[in-house]
Amino acid sequence: MEPYKKHESIAALMNRSNVDTDQIIPKQFLKKVERSGFGKHLFHDWRFNDDGSDNPEFELNKPAFKGAKILVAGDNFGCGSSREHAPWAIADYGFNTIISTSYADIFYNNCFKNGILAIKTDKAQLDKLMAEITNNEGVKFVVDLENQQVTTPGGNGFSFEIDPFRKGNLLSGLDDIGLTLKHVDKIDEYEVQHKNDFPWLWV
Amino acid sequence: MQALEYAMKKTMYEKIWDSHLVVDAAGQAPLLYVDRHLMHEVTSPQAFEGLRLAGRKVRNPHSILATMDHCVPTKNRDLPIADPIAKKQIETMAENCKENGLNLYDMKNPNNGVIHVVVPEHGFVHPGMVVVCGDSHTATHGAFGALAFGIGTSEVEHVMATQTLPQKKSKTMQIVVNGELSKYASAKDIALAITGKIGTAGGTGYVIEYTGPAIRALSMEGRMTLCNMAIEAGARAGLVSPDEKTYDYIKGREFAPSGDYWDQALAYWKTLPSDEGAVFDATVILNAADIAPQVSWGTSPEQVTGVDSVVPDPESFSDEGKRKACESALAYMGLTPNTKITDIPVDLVFIGSCTNGRIEDFRIAADVAKGTKVAQGVTAIAVPGSYHVKKQAEEEGLDKIFIDAGWEWRDPGCSMCLAMNGDELTKGQRSASTSNRNFEGRQGKGGRTHLVSPAMAAAAAAAGHFVDIRKL
Repeated sequence: MEPYKKHESIAALMNRSNVDTDQIIPKQFLKKVERSGFGKHLFHDWRFNDDGSDNPEFELNKPAFKGAKILVAGDNFGCGSSREHAPWAIADYGFNTIISTSYADIFYNNCFKNGILAIKTDKAQLDKLMAEITNNEGVKFVVDLENQQVTTPGGNGFSFEIDPFRKGNLLSGLDDIGLTLKHVDKIDEYEVQHKNDFPWLWV
Repeated sequence: MQALEYAMKKTMYEKIWDSHLVVDAAGQAPLLYVDRHLMHEVTSPQAFEGLRLAGRKVRNPHSILATMDHCVPTKNRDLPIADPIAKKQIETMAENCKENGLNLYDMKNPNNGVIHVVVPEHGFVHPGMVVVCGDSHTATHGAFGALAFGIGTSEVEHVMATQTLPQKKSKTMQIVVNGELSKYASAKDIALAITGKIGTAGGTGYVIEYTGPAIRALSMEGRMTLCNMAIEAGARAGLVSPDEKTYDYIKGREFAPSGDYWDQALAYWKTLPSDEGAVFDATVILNAADIAPQVSWGTSPEQVTGVDSVVPDPESFSDEGKRKACESALAYMGLTPNTKITDIPVDLVFIGSCTNGRIEDFRIAADVAKGTKVAQGVTAIAVPGSYHVKKQAEEEGLDKIFIDAGWEWRDPGCSMCLAMNGDELTKGQRSASTSNRNFEGRQGKGGRTHLVSPAMAAAAAAAGHFVDIRKL
């Protein structure tokens, strides 16, 4: 995983609530056995017309949002299935940051495994950011994870909370499994006890 | 003293959490031990690839049970899979399981079926376990008093390599369902009514424990249906505390403890229910008698109402977000405000899925379908959740009832629940579906899904529109 660095990027706006994982990456693209190449299918059913051409009505097709790394979206983003194909598609498309009021639980976990910073803020703050983008499409925000700070040219900057463990992993780009395996002796010990307490699970 | 007693009173979730904590060190997420790991073909291939690239091995192959369900055809199973990408995914699953010595119920195996239907059939999940699967409907197994939740593919890899998962402790929510369900309402209606009441984000950050007389009265199948949809309310997991029904269900199945081990396990399971006076972070109360058979009208499982009601008017929502969501849902669904739910026609009816693909579901639906004919222009398909469900239903003659009524009787799989295997709606087609999600395009691009119980689905197939089954 690439370490997450402070960046200034275009913020794209998706002013919808409850955007679900079936929209983020529709089921017909879940049959691949690789992790890569999902970006071209991101939001497929909204993004493309039936003939495969770009749907000009779809917000992310706006020229001003081209190259955006930041996605500002409505409440409960990523609800639905556990498919990690959703954050794979988001990251592959080019986003590394999402800002919303709330996320579905599994999706939120999946983001951080894929170098995506999912920032939570309150409704009033989100409304300000959405208004700033609406009034100035193509505006760039600065995201500074180290200092847990977002700044905007319109003066709608804010600081955000994040679990220190998730923050550390994003900043270092460290592999979760490697970190857990540092405790392999504790896992071994637990398993000995587990076999003793629940022998019927080990027959 | 009082404070101490208070501190000792634990919810079932806290008991399971405490007994599975491997490491709880400052500066990092607690590590939770995983007893059972369930797998299917869609969310596992990249995890195996990751494991291989890192030179790691599956730590406890015996903790894993795998099946093929999402991409499998539900008819003409003898023919090769037509979709080359689906075929590759199925083959990859078989290779990965073989290479790692995992127990796989492949497409041709008599134990094959939808993972969350198959696993309980074999007694693979017990009360008090921590159970994971790369699938959000893992919550199903909470019906047994197991902490069961969906994970992403990176986490699948993590569990294979370490048998643990870094986890944040959830808050606890108690949903009390008092009273008695009417004869025509089911666990599915409770699940939909709850999602309608608290919303798809209402349970975010929580593990829900379902309690109350109406929950106790549910069969194990009903409890599975209910817990299955905990995720639709945003919860990490749903739980029902184990009781005699739970123990009777598990006893004698392939992976159930036996002999002395049964007695030991049973003694342990009986310690699991939440202590009297244990404190939940939130409580929601419903009265079962108030729950009418439910029909979803929108593109989110929270957009649901009773069959005796009407499609809502966006103007009736005071919250701006909900109003906008209603407007866009009605546009997608091709519905106008104030249309009676019973006036909505259907083109296709689907009974099946990990929500409603168990034997009880087909018994109830067959009872309604018996002696009826599928309405003209309607296609009705019954897809058993597993080969065992299929066999049982056939032994009871249920297949004949469906076939005589003009239904298709299929082989098991996820089928139209997420329409990955070629069973799908075409643009503008409308379904009555016993599955769990009515998202845009879920059952096919432009398809319109109405979530209902098996009895409601069977009645809609015969009438060609939704029917208040209480009036049949």
